[in-house]
Amino acid sequence: MAQQTSVVGASSPMGYRARIRRILTPAVFTGPAAILVFLFFFLPVILTLVISMTDMSVATISNIKFVGMKNYVRIWHSRTTMKILKNTLIYVGFTLTFFNVGMALVLSLLTTHMPDRAGTAFRTFWLLPRITPSVIYAIMWTWFTADAPYGILNQFLSPLGVTPKNWLTAQPWLVVIAANGFVGTSFGMIIFTSAIRSIPVDFLRAALVDGASTWQRIRYVILPMIRWPILFVVSYQTLSLLASFEYILLLTDGGPGFYTTEVWSLHAYHRALSNYFGNVQFGFGAALAAILVVIGVIASVIYLRVFQFNEMVSEPKIEVL
Amino acid sequence: MTEHAGARWVRILVILIVALLSLPLVTMYVWLVESAFSQITYGIVPHGFTLNNWRFLWEGFPNMPSIWRITLNTLVFAVVVTVLEVFFASLTGYALSRMKFPGRRLFLSLTLVLHAFPAVTLLIAIFYVLLVLGLYDTLVGVIMVKAALELPLGVWIMKGFFDNISWDLEMSALVDGCSRFRVWWEILLPNIKPGLAALSIFAFLSGWSEFLLPYVLTSSFNNFTLSVLLKRLIGDFRFVDYGLLTATGLYYMIPVLLFFIFTQEYLLNIYAGGTKGTQI
Repeated sequence: MAQQTSVVGASSPMGYRARIRRILTPAVFTGPAAILVFLFFFLPVILTLVISMTDMSVATISNIKFVGMKNYVRIWHSRTTMKILKNTLIYVGFTLTFFNVGMALVLSLLTTHMPDRAGTAFRTFWLLPRITPSVIYAIMWTWFTADAPYGILNQFLSPLGVTPKNWLTAQPWLVVIAANGFVGTSFGMIIFTSAIRSIPVDFLRAALVDGASTWQRIRYVILPMIRWPILFVVSYQTLSLLASFEYILLLTDGGPGFYTTEVWSLHAYHRALSNYFGNVQFGFGAALAAILVVIGVIASVIYLRVFQFNEMVSEPKIEVL
Repeated sequence: MTEHAGARWVRILVILIVALLSLPLVTMYVWLVESAFSQITYGIVPHGFTLNNWRFLWEGFPNMPSIWRITLNTLVFAVVVTVLEVFFASLTGYALSRMKFPGRRLFLSLTLVLHAFPAVTLLIAIFYVLLVLGLYDTLVGVIMVKAALELPLGVWIMKGFFDNISWDLEMSALVDGCSRFRVWWEILLPNIKPGLAALSIFAFLSGWSEFLLPYVLTSSFNNFTLSVLLKRLIGDFRFVDYGLLTATGLYYMIPVLLFFIFTQEYLLNIYAGGTKGTQI
């Protein structure tokens, strides 16, 4: 591994060997990561597009044929596509509005308006769902929403006169959105909190001197000043929600009934990798995934331009130190 | 005076509202712990203390590999992913931070785009790559995939750490004819220990909790991880023993809870560190 290279201050003029070292040293340093990322990240992006234009399935695996845009035409004409698309919009729209942005804003505003230690404690607690293994998280939600006499939700709601029910089958969307939302909230919460913190105290004081109420101060000083972080969270989380299906897979698996909570990414997974119908269709599933991949690549490149991701990624490292 | 008292009431009210919003989560975690030690729970009210739910530790599960084998798999998965990710990311991060070489810009922008890109959409193609490489249904294969998917973020975090260290530190060593590798290992790495710790914690937790990759990319008993085991237990229709299920879940949660309790101040910062929205 050790490259005996002295890049700076080599006494001899740059010779042949030194030049080779100049290429070789960075290659050794970046090589391992580059190979892994190429094989399992970059290549799959290309492969998804390629596979999506074949009829690859378990039945045809030994004799794969190129079918051009046929899979995409099938998606376009399929009757389930509208249903899946509608589900995806419901899922992304509501989770984003009420939790990843809504709840995140509420929590960051409230926790910055209480004593610091309490605020930090609450914010830390809200991180727990994010590091809880998804399988356990799903079990907890199943119990939380279970029918009487077991479910926690019914135990709280029945004194209020709500008829006990199994919420997961009665209101699957509500549960799916809430379960995803309670995990997604922390991302926005952290970003909004640090944005609120970085507002110069003078601005807030000036508003106070002018006699603004707390609400006016939030509405006319704080919110306008954190509109970029809000926009960032909206676009970033739209992308991750579009692609996410793990919690839905564990909670409802797209049900109950026929495609009730089946979203686009879950549909791609079901078609290509789940053996429910026996014959898994890699090609068709890949076409479904490829649409998400293209959206993802375009969106990522746009974020890169708009938000100067560069700074976003490297900025907070000093804090950790 | 009244104004002051009013402000205090507002403050208490604010805390109460946040507590109320957090209540669903609080009750769920309370239930998880209670249920693991109870014969049965109604809502969050436990009945009958028992250790019987933990019998899987000595009896195992019917028709499943031994719990220790599964735990070992999970641990190996998480640890190797962590080592690969931290080691490779700090090598690459150093090169990107300190060296000029052709392809540097390309490498940087590519990992940056991938970092924002939700990797789950690639499962189908990754499945195919593993099949071709003969690594489908092997722990080695899943480990490499997981490390690869986490690397773009890790590389950028590490580059950030190296960028914050002054050049002077290594300059004199390089002038003295010290190799790049030694400089990286002996001078720079010791200076970013907190950063290495933060990335390690993040990588380990993420590896330990991973569900989808081992679930999709392995199939045989020998490669079971705890998440796959739990998924099988949920999916098993004969399985209505929530006591056993939660005890297993709590067992699985032990490292997560330990890290959560003892590295709290890190966690907020790690997740503030431009983590991809792991909604996965």
